[in-house]
Amino acid sequence: MNATEETRKPRVGLFVTCLVDLFRPVVGFSAVKLIEAAGCEVDVPMTQTCCGQPAYNSGDRADTRAIAENTIRAFEGYDYVVAPSGSCAGMLKKHYPGLFRGDPTWEKRTEAFAAKVHELVSFLADEMKVTSVAARHDGSVTYHDSCSGLRELGISAQPRALLASVEGLTMREMRDPDVCCGFGGTFCVKYPDISNAIVEKKTETIREAGAETLLAGDLGCLMNMAGKLSRQGSGVEARHVAEVLAGMTDEPPIGKGGR
Amino acid sequence: MQVTSPAFKQNARGALADVQLQKALGNVRAGFIDKRRKAMDALPEFDRLRDEAKAIKDHALASLDLYLEAYETKVKASGGHVHWAATAEDARGIILDICRAVGARTVTKGKSMITEEIELNDFLEGNGIRPVETDLGEYIIQLRGEHPSHIIAPAVHLNKEQVEEDFRRVHDHLPVARDLSEPESLLAEARRVLRAQYFEADVGITGANFLVAETGTSMIVTNEGNGDLTQVLPRVHVVVASIEKIVPTLNDAAQILRVLARSATGQDMSVYTTLSTGPRQEGDPDGPEEYHVVLLDNGRSSMLGTEFQDMLRCIRCGACMNHCPVYHTVGGHAYGWVYPGPMGAVLTPSLIGVDKSGHLPNASTFCGRCEAVCPMRIPLPRMMRHWREREFERGLNPATQRWGLGFWAFFARRPSLYRLGASIGIPLLSLFGRRKGSFGTLPLAGGWTKHRDLPSPQGRTFLQQWRDRDTLRQEART
Repeated sequence: MNATEETRKPRVGLFVTCLVDLFRPVVGFSAVKLIEAAGCEVDVPMTQTCCGQPAYNSGDRADTRAIAENTIRAFEGYDYVVAPSGSCAGMLKKHYPGLFRGDPTWEKRTEAFAAKVHELVSFLADEMKVTSVAARHDGSVTYHDSCSGLRELGISAQPRALLASVEGLTMREMRDPDVCCGFGGTFCVKYPDISNAIVEKKTETIREAGAETLLAGDLGCLMNMAGKLSRQGSGVEARHVAEVLAGMTDEPPIGKGGR
Repeated sequence: MQVTSPAFKQNARGALADVQLQKALGNVRAGFIDKRRKAMDALPEFDRLRDEAKAIKDHALASLDLYLEAYETKVKASGGHVHWAATAEDARGIILDICRAVGARTVTKGKSMITEEIELNDFLEGNGIRPVETDLGEYIIQLRGEHPSHIIAPAVHLNKEQVEEDFRRVHDHLPVARDLSEPESLLAEARRVLRAQYFEADVGITGANFLVAETGTSMIVTNEGNGDLTQVLPRVHVVVASIEKIVPTLNDAAQILRVLARSATGQDMSVYTTLSTGPRQEGDPDGPEEYHVVLLDNGRSSMLGTEFQDMLRCIRCGACMNHCPVYHTVGGHAYGWVYPGPMGAVLTPSLIGVDKSGHLPNASTFCGRCEAVCPMRIPLPRMMRHWREREFERGLNPATQRWGLGFWAFFARRPSLYRLGASIGIPLLSLFGRRKGSFGTLPLAGGWTKHRDLPSPQGRTFLQQWRDRDTLRQEART
């Protein structure tokens, strides 16, 4: 009997997402720490780029498919594929299969891949049955439900449950946490005025909540809200929920300097 | 109605700067969202009812031709007439002929989006026939020379003070001292004026929420009772309905009714549910002498069998727009044609062409709330994306967008080039932005920085750092 085979840890391929890779690596390292703490082994394929949403949501199927094939090739060997984003995980899990429907070589392959994909926090809570984290955060937070994570993957209770286990943390829910922040990927630059009107309403509810820190599970939404809060001169700090859950909040919050 | 969908961006800018409109849109939450929520919470089987309602419509659409023919047979058997209209123009012509045959001068109208779609009011007026809208909201916007900004609440873009002003302007017999400050007093005034019109009208025109194949019945749901008076008092009743309103049986209609009003206004049922089957029969106390149904296609049959067929399940409850963050900020008129909000963003390109209405399916954050609340489970974001695909195939998107996308995709498809580019560009960007933490302006990022700061990258990319960490680990091992 092979002992190492018996106790082999699940191997997780981290799909770090392009925004985390480029703008906020600490979210990636927080994800690694959390996944390892849940008893998994983490690997990061170097051939990953982006999930393809900018092309997909612009109607460009050919580029989307090429990008999807690249992602599937890079990740299909792992036990799990985990992304610190509901939007990108939703793309991999819910939208990739539709791209290859009816394709004899790719359809089954994509479905097998999609079945392994999870968003980070729901992976910890639902798959790894993590009920608490070993982290401390002295202060109050409010949590925004990013749309894709909420409506495509049903992520809402999991981050709140794990945040409740963080020592010193107080949750102050905002009004309508499930309403879109106005980011919408390329939407925010295609229709900047409408996007702005939506995020203005969002930052109003964030300020009303009276929390020191805004958390969410998607960096796109966070950069939008943090960018607006910064423009409005608000003191509310923004972080990815993984940073708080991993206790990795030494870096300045999103959009703040000081290094 | 002039199509202004190509000017969506300008329309939206105007809407955002319109103080009255913004105030009125602020009422949508309490007026629709909260009420719908309460209705859902009170009915635990709501989601199951949605599945059943969806299945009924899917079944009807799969055999649309058979059910339409069955419906026609039943209408004829009850003494009514059925007219098939392939286009809006055909429908207008048919309705005009019916009106002329009875020498009609005044036509009362129940609330109907289909008559908006075929631009009936302007057409009738141009032919010397006076249309009178009898739904309060429709009456108000007719006074103002506007079009509905919402499919079930046509005047939702207005505040009561504006309506008072309109009434004082048009109802010139009103004494100055007459109180018109509350919705109730406005309603009483409209009702007083409209009562006389019902008796004067030669023809009453209504839409239909359902056409029942089993019985040849048309059904409308209203809250004011105006629809009943419109169809019962004049000599002639004309129903104008699009072909996808068909359901097989009365039971089916009753099933869908259970999700309709709850999704629309949060009511269990609308105040009036009115069934019409043919003209007045022997022994009926009232009813029209003639009963006509105009069945409009206007592009719908060409949606059958395509990725847009699901849109034909729509029962026009308005829940999608009530929950849409984009609709909340720009209102219905900005969409530039008859149907606003998410359902309009899918339907409008089908009916008038995506070349004219390309902004509509693009102006969505894909937040998915519309699909989440749709009682008929219509995958609205997915279909908006399909329209974007049609646009992309035909090269209709702006050139700058296509170039930007092409540039990005070139790298996203080539991992090593992507990594190389990022490992040079990102640390450089971070160098400039690190101290402040964000950029107020940045070349090529004007769309972003116009309204918000752009957070600066933290430093080297995650993949760079990870590779270094891996290398160190391996060195430590050897």
